[in-house]
Amino acid sequence: MGTGLNPSYFIGLSAALFAIGMYGALSKKNIISVLISIELMLCAVNINLVAFNKFLTPDAFLGQIFAIFIITVAAAEVGLGLALIIAISRRRETNNLDDLDWLRW
Amino acid sequence: MNIDFSLITTEIVLAILGLATFTLGLIIPSNARKNLGNFALLGLIIVLGIAVYSWPHQGEILGGMYIVDNFSSFFKIVSLLAAILVTLGFRRYVVSNVGNYLEYYSTMIFATLGMIVMISAGDFITLYLGLELMTISFIVLVAFRSFDVKSLEAGIKYLLLAGMSSAVLLYGLSLVYGATGTILFTGVAQSISAGSGGLLLIVGLVMLIAGLGFKISAAPFHMWSPDVYEGAPTSVTAFLATGSKAASFAIVIRIFVGSFSGIQEHWVMLVAVLAALSMLIGNLVAIPQTNIKRMLAYSSVAQAGYIMVGIVAASQAGVKGVMFYSFIYVFATVGAFTVVASVYNKIKSDEIADYSGLSQRAPLAATTLLVCMLSMAGIPLLAGFVGKFYLFMAIADGYMWLVLLGLIMSMVSVYYYLRVALVMFRDDPEDPTPLRMGTSVNVTLLIALVVTVFLGVYPGPLSDIANTAAQSFFIP
Repeated sequence: MGTGLNPSYFIGLSAALFAIGMYGALSKKNIISVLISIELMLCAVNINLVAFNKFLTPDAFLGQIFAIFIITVAAAEVGLGLALIIAISRRRETNNLDDLDWLRW
Repeated sequence: MNIDFSLITTEIVLAILGLATFTLGLIIPSNARKNLGNFALLGLIIVLGIAVYSWPHQGEILGGMYIVDNFSSFFKIVSLLAAILVTLGFRRYVVSNVGNYLEYYSTMIFATLGMIVMISAGDFITLYLGLELMTISFIVLVAFRSFDVKSLEAGIKYLLLAGMSSAVLLYGLSLVYGATGTILFTGVAQSISAGSGGLLLIVGLVMLIAGLGFKISAAPFHMWSPDVYEGAPTSVTAFLATGSKAASFAIVIRIFVGSFSGIQEHWVMLVAVLAALSMLIGNLVAIPQTNIKRMLAYSSVAQAGYIMVGIVAASQAGVKGVMFYSFIYVFATVGAFTVVASVYNKIKSDEIADYSGLSQRAPLAATTLLVCMLSMAGIPLLAGFVGKFYLFMAIADGYMWLVLLGLIMSMVSVYYYLRVALVMFRDDPEDPTPLRMGTSVNVTLLIALVVTVFLGVYPGPLSDIANTAAQSFFIP
């Protein structure tokens, strides 16, 4: 490569990012914070894919294409999530997960 | 690159049907929209015909990214049957409880399309797109009763947990890509047999099990299913419990038994433990439930445990068992949920206590619910017994403890199924007026009843078909 980088830096970065996202998704009480944490986890995946693409298969853009698909689908999912949050806060003025107790959690 | 479009006729027609249902709903007057269900039903039956007709067509397109073999055709037919039964049996429930039929039916067809794409996936990208098309459609469907806070809450819970499980699954896929340098399932298998492996692959493998375990609601990743099953409209619950689970099992087999067969020693034990946990937790927690939808949710966790036994076997007999069981599971589950939905339509309650005297008020519904539940429990002469027999036979010589656990847990499940039967058949109804279910519900119940009993007595033909399909999976 000649850049002095090796894949383990990228794996370490993405693992750290994934762990932070996972922690946020499990510990945060605000629905929007949880959605942001899930996005963080997906970012970790994208870093992994692009880095592996660069080091493993530099001629075929498999990982980069995959990353673009993930970004697109994640946007759709977040759009749906925000719509649900608006619908819930109209019924009951909350966006806190602890208040969602109509069903037994 | 030449693409043989005749291989994906089913998918193309289904996508057109989804768009056509939506467009038709927009142009017809709003009081005629409740007949949209009939249009969707007719369309789905035609698609099923195409899927059955194209059984002999096999091949791969886009360089192995999309696989069409008997294995995928079998699961496609199972998903389409689930969609048809759900459309037929819940027409009246949808009219009176869901509203807005316009988007309901087209979203349901797109969920089916997602399942079918996922079943045929030959690489990670196709798998992810099919999975998300299915999941996002299901989130919309679960939250469809937007006037009902329970439905919205179930929707947001499903969205958050599905998002998290997708992220874990994708991280696993990215690590597998990093370890093998390919995103094709066949390529992964070749790379593993050529000796690639190491820590990256194992960590990826474990994350794949966690991500897919969520989709098949295997314990300990089942936490979402009771809440979502209870909060969602019952028609969606039935579809979620059958179609989505069958499609997820197809992809679990494709990834684990197909791609990772070279490193079996690393995942078989893990899957066996998950299967045992699912049987234990599903059956034991189902006992104290008072809401029938929650009870069926926990029983479906247990069913996932039984089906995972076939994956532990990782052999042709095991795959055949999974296919056979998925097929009969669709009929038993849709039958049971149809009864739940049509009773809810009349008495507005899902509590088991309110089913008292159902045998006098609606004999066909009570009988079907009983037969479907006994089939799930594995009573001989019903289809569930044959299914469990095939599954447990496949692992009898290596995992005797799992077989014994499965048998004991089946006995336990008889207890809570019979508790419902006791309420229905022994207790006297508070209000003895007969419940009229309507023709389409009765037809669905009869189909579920006849198939469950017939396959229990005469499983030969379906077993042969499942065997052929399982064979096509192992001959690359």
